[in-house]
Amino acid sequence: MSLEDALLDARFGLGPHPSFRSGAEALLAPLTGPDRIAATHPIAPFADLAHQGDALRQLNRARREAATAAAREAAVDARRDYQRAMRVRKARETGALLARAVETRDPMRERLVRFWADHFTVVGRHFYLRNAVENYVEEAIRPNVTGRFSDLLAAAILHPMMVLYLGQASSIGPNSRMGRENPDRGLNENLAREVLELHTLGVDGAYAQADVRQLAELLAGLIVPQDGTLRFAPHRGEPGPEQVLGRRYGRRIPKIEDIHQVLADLARHPDTARHIARKLAVHFVSDTPSAALVAHVAARFVATDGDLLQVYTALVEHPDARRRTRDKVKPPWDFVVTSLRALQPDGSRLAQARTGDVQHHLLRPLADMGQPWEAPTGPDGWPETAAHWVTPQGLAGRIGWAMRLPDLLGAFGTPLPDPRGFADTALGPLAGPTVRFAAQAAETRAEGIALVLLSPEFQRR
Amino acid sequence: MTDQSRRRFLLRSAALGCSAAASPWVTPLALASAPWDNRLVVILLRGGMDGIDAIRPVGDPDYARLRGAVAPEVGDPTGFYALHPALSPLRSMWDDGELAAAHAVSTPYRDKRSHFDGQDLLEAGVGFVPGAERQGDGWLNRLLQAVPGVQAETAFAVGRTSMLLLSGDAPFSTWSPESRLAITPQAKLLLQRLYGADPLFGQAATAAISLSDALEYAAPTADLVEDDADAATLTGMMEHRRGAAGGHLRIASFVAGRLRNETRIAAFSLNGWDTHNAQHRGLDRALDRLSETLIALKLGLGPVWGRTAVLAMTEFGRTVALNGTAGTDHGTGGAMVLAGGAVRGGRVHGDWPGLAEADRYDRRDLMPTADVRTYAAQAMQELFGLSRAVLSETVFPGLDFEKVGPLLR
Repeated sequence: MSLEDALLDARFGLGPHPSFRSGAEALLAPLTGPDRIAATHPIAPFADLAHQGDALRQLNRARREAATAAAREAAVDARRDYQRAMRVRKARETGALLARAVETRDPMRERLVRFWADHFTVVGRHFYLRNAVENYVEEAIRPNVTGRFSDLLAAAILHPMMVLYLGQASSIGPNSRMGRENPDRGLNENLAREVLELHTLGVDGAYAQADVRQLAELLAGLIVPQDGTLRFAPHRGEPGPEQVLGRRYGRRIPKIEDIHQVLADLARHPDTARHIARKLAVHFVSDTPSAALVAHVAARFVATDGDLLQVYTALVEHPDARRRTRDKVKPPWDFVVTSLRALQPDGSRLAQARTGDVQHHLLRPLADMGQPWEAPTGPDGWPETAAHWVTPQGLAGRIGWAMRLPDLLGAFGTPLPDPRGFADTALGPLAGPTVRFAAQAAETRAEGIALVLLSPEFQRR
Repeated sequence: MTDQSRRRFLLRSAALGCSAAASPWVTPLALASAPWDNRLVVILLRGGMDGIDAIRPVGDPDYARLRGAVAPEVGDPTGFYALHPALSPLRSMWDDGELAAAHAVSTPYRDKRSHFDGQDLLEAGVGFVPGAERQGDGWLNRLLQAVPGVQAETAFAVGRTSMLLLSGDAPFSTWSPESRLAITPQAKLLLQRLYGADPLFGQAATAAISLSDALEYAAPTADLVEDDADAATLTGMMEHRRGAAGGHLRIASFVAGRLRNETRIAAFSLNGWDTHNAQHRGLDRALDRLSETLIALKLGLGPVWGRTAVLAMTEFGRTVALNGTAGTDHGTGGAMVLAGGAVRGGRVHGDWPGLAEADRYDRRDLMPTADVRTYAAQAMQELFGLSRAVLSETVFPGLDFEKVGPLLR
């Protein structure tokens, strides 16, 4: 493995692995093929869970309306079993997510799924939605990361999770039938603002408050009924037309097609190309990417009408992708999955993980490291800068997790490797003399492994 | 150096923030000059504290019928309010005028009664209007943004989970007493070597290890407490509450230690207030923890307690009537607790709305008669001498807190 390939693997992939060939071609080529690892370790699409809100409501009703003590007890048991089954599913799906990252030969796809899941952040706060974030990612994000940006945008924005998360489902056009009957209710601009600010043009983009308002009028009417699907209710939509960035959309009777049209136009706006190019460069290459890199990627976005495979190619082929300076630090999730990938626990056992193990070995430690999983503080997702992650408390979380790795590996039946060879396994040509020394000078095997993973060489990319 | 003297040495260097030691690995956080001398502690009571049970309006004609008659142990001078028995350890604090409450308060959050939304809005301090602009930072951070000379150590968010309350562009520190590093001296040395050429990792590890050591050697904080009787009390409390049951005391001790140094603002959470069932048990435990936390802060702060105000706030109150399982459900108006040597205590602030059904919000919840943020704003105005404009424009945009009288001495 060359040093250049090792840099690329760390930057765009998940580090070295015996089954992975390494280098730009090995990262990009599998993206054009089928998503094999998703089939090996499946995660349910959101549609499979959409009925769960309804099911829980029925269980609650049965409990409330139980006529006898025995009926009530049965209803309470049924509800508890149902919730337990949901928790078991959630734990296994989280294990499956780890298993994919540990075993995949298509590692850049995993990185891209996380990048776009973060770009289109949702948080499930109420009810069964708390356990459905990854199912949204599986349905709306994952199948679209190698397609066109416009399709990805529409899939994410017009998803029940997004519509619920940003309060769009309660937004009502003031001049709609419902709005006229309920003058105290009105528009919620939240989703419209985030579409412009976060998802497409970027905060420096060419939009004004009037555009936010007009887009909010266009989006009014999106609802998520009890069956958990997305619908458009014309009686809540604002009668058009509306004008967004100088272009007219919609007529007197609001339709969901108007929303598709405005999203398609936003997706191909040059400000969107710049915003996405910059975010990709910041995430994969540098906290402070060069203007040349951003311009190169943005130009490819514009030239190919947002063909994401072409955009990624532009990113990987640029000389900055091979720079020796590594100013990015892996966020906690990536630190954990790349560590596990280096240790190679059995993926099929991860995918059968028990709820207690997931909590103890993964979720609590991630919170300690500063990344409470699936709970970022806002729709702008996780921060990018190295300084955000490498704080005393965050680093203490990483050190603690790495030092306790034997417990985790024990839970999944994986032996600890010999630390003397582990620097090469985990880092290849990126391992410097200090980390090699530390690995063999440690008091115990476990500390030697931990020190390799805690080295700046491993935590940076 | 004997083990005991080494402990003392590390304790001292951690406590004083001194950088005399040769190795950067025992150097704690850098010395910094704080922008003011008074101290503020904000405790978020997550889950929705039942203000009616914590600070009991025993003088309300409907109280006994709704909540049962209880002989008040500690009451305000008018006899209208009485503290819940689990707060009776705070009696001397109350008698000394270091403990107060504000009643029938709430944020402007209404109707949905969701913990998450309620807590977010309490911490953001803005965004109560549907469709209003999202606020990414918390009100304590906006306070820091408005003050010159703020360093990372000026404010500490303590605990495992991130707090919106302190998040934002102004620098602040986070640490959890549970983040103590259990690593061997050899691993420490090797980490030091690994991070030798990487200042970002090196500095974070240095601070992590010094905070962790400070905690190890300063636990219990009793070692720092000048008064022997106080130290014994504190040690006794910590021994009584070992393991998971003592998380709040470790946090309080850690907070007291930081506030005795360069830190001026600390924020942390106490959970366990969501008392839907058998409230007489659940609320007792939560109030026990609150009492112990306040006592540990007072003892740990020693002379600094006189310059400290503690504000304990919750996302909403609970229903006026008990539910079918001897608990209370999510409500609206509630109570806020103020403590500290800087507080003008021994009284309950606020306009009492009454418990009768017609006096309630939605015929179910205690009617809020004041915005809880007005008390926080007034306390911060007095504590830090901030201009009222900073508070009503930047910290809590659009908040009018003219009506709240003086809260501090």
